[in-house]
Amino acid sequence: MERMPKWADVALVPLMSLMLAFAISALVIAAIGENPWAAIRTMVTGALGSTYGWGYTLYYTTNFLFTGLAVSVAFHAGLFNIGGEGQAALGGLGVALCCLFIPWPHWSLALIAATLSGAAFGAAWAALPAWLQARRGSHIVITTIMFNFIGASLLNYLLVNVLKPQGSMDPATARFAPEVRLPGLHEVLAVAGIPFSKATPVNVTLLVGLAACVAVWALIWRTRLGYEIRAFGKSEKAAVYAGIRPVRITMVAMLISGGLAGMMAINNVMGEAERLVMNSVEGAGFIGIAVALMGRGHPFGVLLAALLFGFLYQGGAELALFTSIPRELIVVIQALVILFTGALDDLVRRPVAALFRLTRKETR
Amino acid sequence: MDFATLIQILDSTLRLATPLLLACLAGLYSERAGVFDIGLEGKMLAAAFLSGAVAFVSGSVWLGVLAGIGASLALSAVHGLASITFRGNQLISGVAINFLASGLTVLVGQNWFELGGRTPALTEGRFQPITLPLAETLAPVPVLGPIYSDLISGHSALVYLALALVPASWWLLNRTRFGLRLRAVGENPAAVDTAGVSVVGIRFAAVAICGVLCGLAGAYLATALSAGFVKEMTAGRGYIALAALIFAKWRPFAAMGACLLFGLLEAVANRFQNIDLGVVVLPVQFMQALPYILTVVILAGFVGKAIPPRAGGEPYVKER
Repeated sequence: MERMPKWADVALVPLMSLMLAFAISALVIAAIGENPWAAIRTMVTGALGSTYGWGYTLYYTTNFLFTGLAVSVAFHAGLFNIGGEGQAALGGLGVALCCLFIPWPHWSLALIAATLSGAAFGAAWAALPAWLQARRGSHIVITTIMFNFIGASLLNYLLVNVLKPQGSMDPATARFAPEVRLPGLHEVLAVAGIPFSKATPVNVTLLVGLAACVAVWALIWRTRLGYEIRAFGKSEKAAVYAGIRPVRITMVAMLISGGLAGMMAINNVMGEAERLVMNSVEGAGFIGIAVALMGRGHPFGVLLAALLFGFLYQGGAELALFTSIPRELIVVIQALVILFTGALDDLVRRPVAALFRLTRKETR
Repeated sequence: MDFATLIQILDSTLRLATPLLLACLAGLYSERAGVFDIGLEGKMLAAAFLSGAVAFVSGSVWLGVLAGIGASLALSAVHGLASITFRGNQLISGVAINFLASGLTVLVGQNWFELGGRTPALTEGRFQPITLPLAETLAPVPVLGPIYSDLISGHSALVYLALALVPASWWLLNRTRFGLRLRAVGENPAAVDTAGVSVVGIRFAAVAICGVLCGLAGAYLATALSAGFVKEMTAGRGYIALAALIFAKWRPFAAMGACLLFGLLEAVANRFQNIDLGVVVLPVQFMQALPYILTVVILAGFVGKAIPPRAGGEPYVKER
């Protein structure tokens, strides 16, 4: 393995991969006859130029924080969880059931219960693929993909046939009670006297997401379980030799991963829609993959990557509004980021490593 | 259910199974050579788009098919580059390809035709049904007549091509030198390397075959099953093909069986909304989820174990 300084490994290589992804995205924009520079300016003004833009950017960031952390935790255990989409959808069911059928006196109690309920449902949806991987050796990537589809069908059935209020045509649950409405970020900031746009969906869940980042960091790098997860992910043989039980680590890592994905629902279901709608996750589960890859599995990296994708999402919506570039541009950028920071990592890493080897020889 | 309905359902089973079968065989070549491919969906989607677009502009269905194969091959090249040359994670590369196709088809489609990502409906430049010889003459014969003239005859060329590819693939994989090497590369690449055969070459060949077949599958969707490309028209078929591949334990004839079964499930779900079994009513969503549920059951190893090629998913590093 080529040696290079740590800063190059954690910052330089991902940044260069990101630049490559953006450069190709700019070429794509130019190829469909739009001005890349103007597009970037529209995105920056739309996503970061006002507290309204920031509100949406941070709302999307919150979603991606949870799904990014979910994928990261599984990555540390050497597991690729593509099921974040399904787990977040099931988490939505957990949150909705919790908010619909229990008369909560105050939003804070409801938030705690909904967080636990969403996490439990998400974890439950990850449990069977995890068990199948641990016990029966079936590949977790395939089973989690299958569970995404099964979850979508299940929610489709429940929303159309069971949870839809009588007489409604819309396949969605009833609206939650006003007591469980989560305070927006503007209400939180108003306490400190900071003015913030009131028309955006960003809410206290952002703080829960930041807390989750700290918790995941502590779990992975400061606890025995985290050490076992990382050891298992690096080398299963060595971990087993050290007395780490593969079945237990696979199950625990996937339950935490699914739980984190499920917790996303308190943001989009409880905080924004205030009811459970069809396809409530809107691909955030998949963006978690890009976020985790870019963030190199570290919660701080995940936070930065989630912010970047939050910006891209809000900026992309503005682009679709003001130019003829459709929203799908974001999907292309997302794909390129996954490609360059994930699969084509060596494309950048090899020349960078060679460069460092060269300079080291000269100084010697 | 009367005989005519049965024939109709089986007829649409065959039509719906064809894209699955083509994509499933595509995945079979790639995975038997040790390159996992969850990008079948994306390649089909890209092929469907470009074949729909070119068939509309040129009015020729065959040019459309060629363009579709080209689009799919281009994505295959990306996958090969990432997973063979740069030894990246094959699963991550597949995920990226799916998103790339999903985004680019709409982006480019909107730019070219301004129909929200659709291509204009094809009037010419579509596959026409082929009437097999004597289909008209034999139609009045009871039982066998309708089976021949309605079920077997009257499909597009790609349906028959897909069916013919099943024994052809079996022969290529099991009875030729290339097939032996391809399978060996998927099980024990070091042995193939020792024998002086290029592992990289064989794997690229397998990925290219996968690209061509995915191209055909996508072209079939846009120019035979429907008349033109619609946004996200693959609708998870690439993943169902992947499921069928596991279901079939990576074997061509079993792949045909699995694809026909999944085609039948789709045909039944399309025709009946809810199925009343007397004891329970199966909702349509259950029918839609059934291929995935069956695959999980198979993967769990309760009904015969599905063991993938041993070197699947691992990049080959030559010994130094």
